[in-house]
Amino acid sequence: MRDIGLRGPVLEAAPRAQVRLGRSPLSVVGLVGSALVGVVAVAGCSGHAASPSGSTGSSASRAPSGASSAATGTITVLAAASLQESFTTIASAFEQAHPGSKVQLSFGPSSGLAAQILGGAPGDVFASASVKTMATVLDGKAASSSTPFAVNSMEIAVPPNNPARITALADLARPTVKTSVCHDAVPCGAAATTVFANAKISVTPISEEADVKAVLTKIELGEVDAGLVYVTDVLAAGDKVGGISIPAAQNTTTTYPIASLTKAANPALAAEFVTYVLSADAQKVLRDAGFAAP
Amino acid sequence: MRQARDCRDVAGVPWQLGIPAAIGAGFLLLPLLALVVRAPWRSLPTHLGAPIVRDALRLSLVCASSAAAAAVVLGVPLAWVLSRPGWRGVGILRALVTVPLVLPPVVGGVALLKALGRNGILGHWLDAALGVTLPFTTAGVVVAETFVAMPFLVLAMEGAFRGIDPGLEEAATTLGASRWQIFTRVTLPSVVPGLIAGTVLAWARALGEFGATITFAGNSPGRTTTMPIAVYLAMESDPDAAVALALVLLAVAVGILIALRGRWLDTP
Repeated sequence: MRDIGLRGPVLEAAPRAQVRLGRSPLSVVGLVGSALVGVVAVAGCSGHAASPSGSTGSSASRAPSGASSAATGTITVLAAASLQESFTTIASAFEQAHPGSKVQLSFGPSSGLAAQILGGAPGDVFASASVKTMATVLDGKAASSSTPFAVNSMEIAVPPNNPARITALADLARPTVKTSVCHDAVPCGAAATTVFANAKISVTPISEEADVKAVLTKIELGEVDAGLVYVTDVLAAGDKVGGISIPAAQNTTTTYPIASLTKAANPALAAEFVTYVLSADAQKVLRDAGFAAP
Repeated sequence: MRQARDCRDVAGVPWQLGIPAAIGAGFLLLPLLALVVRAPWRSLPTHLGAPIVRDALRLSLVCASSAAAAAVVLGVPLAWVLSRPGWRGVGILRALVTVPLVLPPVVGGVALLKALGRNGILGHWLDAALGVTLPFTTAGVVVAETFVAMPFLVLAMEGAFRGIDPGLEEAATTLGASRWQIFTRVTLPSVVPGLIAGTVLAWARALGEFGATITFAGNSPGRTTTMPIAVYLAMESDPDAAVALALVLLAVAVGILIALRGRWLDTP
C-alpha cells in the first residue's frame, strides 16, 4: 500500500528531468560565454597595476602660488614593470615639486604598454625598457622623439639560501639546475638570450615567464634555483633574493628611453615630467635603484 | 487590443525582458564578433602552421579535459555534502570552496605554489618523500585549472542536488536501499543535466585558464604553454598572431560545445 502511494512522485520526476535537459544548452552556452569574457578581462589587466601611491604628494596641490610657470593637472605615465619602484618615488617627488599636478602611473611589460598606446589607450608619457619597443611607438606616430634616461644590465638572482649553489653563469647550464628567464618576446628575455650567447653556454629554462617580476616571484618562492633578471630587480627585492653579478664581457645592457606621447591630454605637464626624469634629482633616484647613466 | 500588441512582440517576449536581453546578448557577442571581423585572415595560415600552435592546442584540450574529469571526481561528492541540510559548518565550507571564483587567478597560482610548490606546505613533503614536484609540469597545469574550474561544477551540482525532491530519496530509504544505492540509483540519475552543464562549464573555464596556470606551472612550450598563455605571449610580440591563436581556441571551444549539445544535451 505504501509503495503504491510513493510511486507517483518517482514517475513524475523523470519527465521533469528531461525538461531541464532540453533547456540546459542555452544556459550552458550563456554561462560559458560569460566565463570566457571574464577570462579575457582578467588576462587583460593582470600586468598593469595603477599605483595609488603616486598620489601621496597631492596634498601640496593647495598651494599653487609657490610654483613658477609650472603646468598643472593630471598626466598618465605608462612605464615598464622594472621601473615600478623608482618611478613611484620620482612621480611623488615630481608632484611635490609641481603643486597642482598629479601623476597616474601604470606599470606593465614594455611591449604590452606599447601595444596599448598603439591601440589608442590614453597616456601622456611612455617610459620603455627597450629601444626596440619605443621604436614601434615612434613608427606608429604615437610619439615624435624619445630620450634615453637610464641603462640597466642583467644579474643572476637566486633564492636567499642558494639551494643549487650557483656561483657563476656556467652553473645555469647544469641539467639539474632549474632556471627561469623572461620569454623571448619581452626585453628581459631577449637580454637573457644575449647573455647566454655571450657566455657561450646553452641553458634550457624550466619556464619562460611573461615578465621580469614573474621570474623574481618564482625565485623568491624558491620554485626555481636561479633566474636572469635586471640588476635593479635584485636591488629592489632586498634580502628576498640573492644576486650574483655577471662579468661585463658577458653581460648586456638595456637602454631605457622616455617620450611624451603625441596624443597626450596634457602635453605641457608631460613635457615637464620628461624633463624632470632627466634632472639630477630623478637621476639620483634611478642611480640608487641600480640604474646606470645613459 | 492587448492581443494585437502581443502579436507585434517578437515571439511573445515582453519588451521589459526583450530589450535588456538583446543588449545583454549584444554585449557578450560584439567583442567576439569584433575579434572575427578584425582577424588577420590573410596571414592566418602562416600563424596557424607554427608547431607551437599545435602543441599549445593539444596541451589545452588534454589539460582542460583532465581538469574537468578531476573536478567531477572530487567536486560531485563535495557538492553532495554541501547540499545536505543541517550539517554543522557546511555554510562556512560552502563559502570557502567558492573562494577560487572570486580570487584573482594569479593569486590562486601563488597560493598553489605556497601549498604545492617545491617549498610549499604539502609540496615540500611531496618533493622530499616522493620526489614529486608539480610546478612547471603538465600535471601542474591540470592542478591549477582544476583549482579554478572546480567551484563552477560544485555550485552547479549543489543546486542540482538541492533541486531533487526529497520524497524520492525517502521513498528509496523506505524501500530498503542503502545510502550508496540511493546516491547511485536515485540521486545521481536525477542530476544528470546539472552534471553535464557543470562539467561543460568547468571544462570551458579550464580551457581559458591563464593566471593561475602561468603562475603555478610557468610557461614551457610543449609542457605547460596552453593556448591562453601562447595568446598572451604572442600579444607581446605579434598581436596579429595572438588574435589568430585566440580564433583557434574560440573555434575549437564553440565547435565542441555545439557537438556536445547535439550529442548529449538535446537527446530526449
